[in-house]
Amino acid sequence: MTQRKRLSNTQISSQSRRRSEVAVAEEEDGDLTFTQPSTSQVQRGLERLTSAQVDQKTAEVVQYFLVKDQKKIPVRRADLVKHVLKDYRNVYPEIMKRVTQSLDQVFGLKLVEIDTKNHIYILINKLEPAEGAPLDNSPTNPKMGLLFVILSVIFMKRGAVKENVIWHTLKKLRVDPGEKHEEFGDVKKLITDEFVRQRYLEYVRIPHTDPIEHEFRWGQRADLEVSKAKILEFMGELHNQEPQSWTQQYRDAHSTPNSTQASTSSQR
Amino acid sequence: MLRQTTKSALSVMSQQMGDSHRRFLQNMMANGIVDEQDAKTLYQHCCQTHNTQCILDKLDDFIGTINSKLQPMFMQIRKGMSEDSGHQYYALVNMAETDVTRMSSDYTDTELELFRKTMDLIVSSENGKASSTDILNTADTLSTKKLKKSETEHLLNRLVHDKWLNEKRGEYTLSTRCIIEMEPYIRTMYQDQVKVCHICHNIAFQCQICENPTCGIKIHHPCVARYFKGRTEPQCPACDDFWPHEIPEVQQLRSQSRR
Repeated sequence: MTQRKRLSNTQISSQSRRRSEVAVAEEEDGDLTFTQPSTSQVQRGLERLTSAQVDQKTAEVVQYFLVKDQKKIPVRRADLVKHVLKDYRNVYPEIMKRVTQSLDQVFGLKLVEIDTKNHIYILINKLEPAEGAPLDNSPTNPKMGLLFVILSVIFMKRGAVKENVIWHTLKKLRVDPGEKHEEFGDVKKLITDEFVRQRYLEYVRIPHTDPIEHEFRWGQRADLEVSKAKILEFMGELHNQEPQSWTQQYRDAHSTPNSTQASTSSQR
Repeated sequence: MLRQTTKSALSVMSQQMGDSHRRFLQNMMANGIVDEQDAKTLYQHCCQTHNTQCILDKLDDFIGTINSKLQPMFMQIRKGMSEDSGHQYYALVNMAETDVTRMSSDYTDTELELFRKTMDLIVSSENGKASSTDILNTADTLSTKKLKKSETEHLLNRLVHDKWLNEKRGEYTLSTRCIIEMEPYIRTMYQDQVKVCHICHNIAFQCQICENPTCGIKIHHPCVARYFKGRTEPQCPACDDFWPHEIPEVQQLRSQSRR
């Protein structure tokens, strides 16, 4: 008869506090002093946990990522450690390894660290959006249309655009940042706040401007998720021109490794 | 019977998770709940997109493969019947939570308390409905914080929008998604009170009840429609007494059209 070695949470935390070599942050500080445990520390940590406990914690972290990803909010490692991992922080690398695998194998989502200094993660879809998808009336679609227009303008202008250009373009499409829009509501907030928080756009102050002016650039999520080649194709259709006719943009679209990533086949 | 289940279990286990499964799952995550016809259309679309074989009859096996991979994550795609239309639905549910706390990321404690009380009203009612008046009165009795009339109305709208409740003519019922997702919780929480359909054995809120005081079995409206279809003299399946209620029509599946 096997005895299940189950350590209670309090036992684990008191033991890990005694271990001075594991730099474990106090709950109040969150991640500020969290350092990656070494392989041997992880090994020892895993020895004291049942596989059921590790599975459960992995499931919780996966759920956490999925919930955050629904709203496209990036996940900070600090929050993950503080709110979900808690006493399992000393086996963090093992949990993250399993989480990455699950997200990939089961959901077709790739975990990407977009900020290696502050340890911030997003999920990107490994599956390409398919033509004629049924049930495509998700509320995010009109927003994505708007975003696509903005990203296109920025791309065609070679990467950075003064905010006035965007507001002007949108006004021509009858989306006025000054007015409440039927579909988008507070347009300015959507673009300068929501899209920025989701890392689709960057809204950066231009120094030495008075009154203060900002410029828009592509955000890290856009770099990973949106194909520049596709944008150029779309432009081509819109203006009835070949994508190659914009030589500089064509080079931009087909040179950097990420630019065509989203357009490659997802067949495994 | 055992051979059949073993066979289908084996076919589920032998099927690897592919991109068509992942695409289906991603769609389920985005939509939350999907009716059977839309699920079949989605299944076809996913298989076509990834050039994999699609056998319409095998949708449940396809979902079974996904479920086997979702199980370690405490998630499942579960099937359930709408109490209104009688049609089957598929919902992606979280198995880890055994309480309404699964909603806790979107609702405050006070709001959850009101939702629980609304559920109390619905379970204890004969017709499976709670009127907005009754719910508003309940809002005055909350232990955590009182909710104003406007706040309660706003909350009810959100609950309908998020597909936890349905609303019709000022009366609220539990949505199909809610019933599928919270079935284990409801069975435990309301053990003695909750009604069970005599025909399909699932929990029942909107149903017809046998008027024989020694019998009193319950049957979902759609289950009544199916069971008594074509019978001129409907009799209670349990006690043979005349079944006095109006027999509804079986609701046909709508034609294949995009929503």
